[in-house]
Amino acid sequence: MHEQKVQTGLSVRGLGLSIDGEELLSDIDFSLCNTGITVLMGPNGAGKSLLMRVLHGLISATVGEVTWNGAAVSPEVTRRQSLVFQSPVLLRRSVSANVDFVLRARGVRAPKKRDAALDQVGLLHLAKHSARTLSGGEKQRLALARALVTRPDALLLDEPTANLDPSAVQIIERIVEKTAKGGAKVIFVTHDLGQARRLADDVLFLLLGILLEHSPAIEFFAVPKSAAAKAYLQGDIPL
Amino acid sequence: MAEEASALALAIDLVISQDADLFEIIVLSLKVSLSAAFFACVIGFSLGALIATNRFLGRPILIVVINALMGLPPVVVGLIVYLYLSRSGPLGFLGLLYTPTAMIIAQTLLITPIITALSRQLLEDMYSEYAEQFRAFGLTRRQTVSALLWDARLSLITVALAGFGRAVAEVGAVMIVGGNIDHLTRVMTTAIALETSKGNLALAMALGLVLMSISLAINALAQGLRLTQARSSYA
Repeated sequence: MHEQKVQTGLSVRGLGLSIDGEELLSDIDFSLCNTGITVLMGPNGAGKSLLMRVLHGLISATVGEVTWNGAAVSPEVTRRQSLVFQSPVLLRRSVSANVDFVLRARGVRAPKKRDAALDQVGLLHLAKHSARTLSGGEKQRLALARALVTRPDALLLDEPTANLDPSAVQIIERIVEKTAKGGAKVIFVTHDLGQARRLADDVLFLLLGILLEHSPAIEFFAVPKSAAAKAYLQGDIPL
Repeated sequence: MAEEASALALAIDLVISQDADLFEIIVLSLKVSLSAAFFACVIGFSLGALIATNRFLGRPILIVVINALMGLPPVVVGLIVYLYLSRSGPLGFLGLLYTPTAMIIAQTLLITPIITALSRQLLEDMYSEYAEQFRAFGLTRRQTVSALLWDARLSLITVALAGFGRAVAEVGAVMIVGGNIDHLTRVMTTAIALETSKGNLALAMALGLVLMSISLAINALAQGLRLTQARSSYA
């Protein structure tokens, strides 16, 4: 399995998660550097979303450890990350108030930062609109603005483009690439093979809660090491 | 039918002639019930939010008890407050019995369970939607509760109106702890009860119409506020 030799970044060692006696993640080991885009792939039920939640401290692992730059997951550590869900929950407020909320939760009042984040995702002209009346793509971009406004060290995206039209997908991909180029670590869950090819620097492949492969993207798509990954890429394992 | 027509004419006449006694009663009614609704909202919203966002031993039992207390009979509340505030009661030294303050206390006790139970249910439903996102934001418990209360503000207005409606319409509790003393503790409902017992049915109905008009006006005001807010950003 491909391991990046790094002292910093994300380190996952012997991670396991059981809920109600069912083992949902088992013996997961990998390390990621602090930059670039890592795409997390695998069929439905592989444990991708669970793993993202464990990395962000929303669920505690049953065994093993997760460290970011040497520090175990804690509220202080996760405050330097942002997680965007597949279906983000927007507050019953205006678009700008949704971004303000995240800043104020950290004790910051920064209208310029808020407007810059909205501008970055192309929503500044909708700042005064009700967040809940936005289209699906706009909602996801607002969720990204909320995630980016705190300038996180790591951006975790759990299928942010699922159910979006191609133009919305393209806009979000551009934002993600820009964020990664800006120095943040991006971990991106997707079922879209084309998207994974476009974005990934490296790929984590999960199946039934087990990490089968961690490879550079070029290598993963050219010569997947595991038979399951090969079958997945050929469409033999349902997404 | 003639009785209703004469009641309506009398109600209009009372309002147009700016009857001083009537306005005194209206002002006291609003003062007592709005104060009670305010205090009950402060207590009920906070309690409702705390119960909605926390899991603790005995929580289901507490919810059942609060829900059951929504049906608390006003006369029972009046009696309990009376026992506490009467000269021989534990709070008798305060000298509050037969004062508007005693009426506010009684109505606050009466409607706090209603506001707590309704806001708890409403905030719990909203929290089930928001919880994971709030945890992902790394919010503290205080930030979570205040964000929930703010986002539920328009629905909570309806809850507050339900509490106010119950307070302004009740007669048993204020009659017991207020005593229906003219120019001191007489409110709309106790005045209606008194006029009915005296056989002044037209006047009693006229007072009832005025009370319903006030309630309608307050509800219309709240609805206007809801719509204004909803149009701006809340959806």
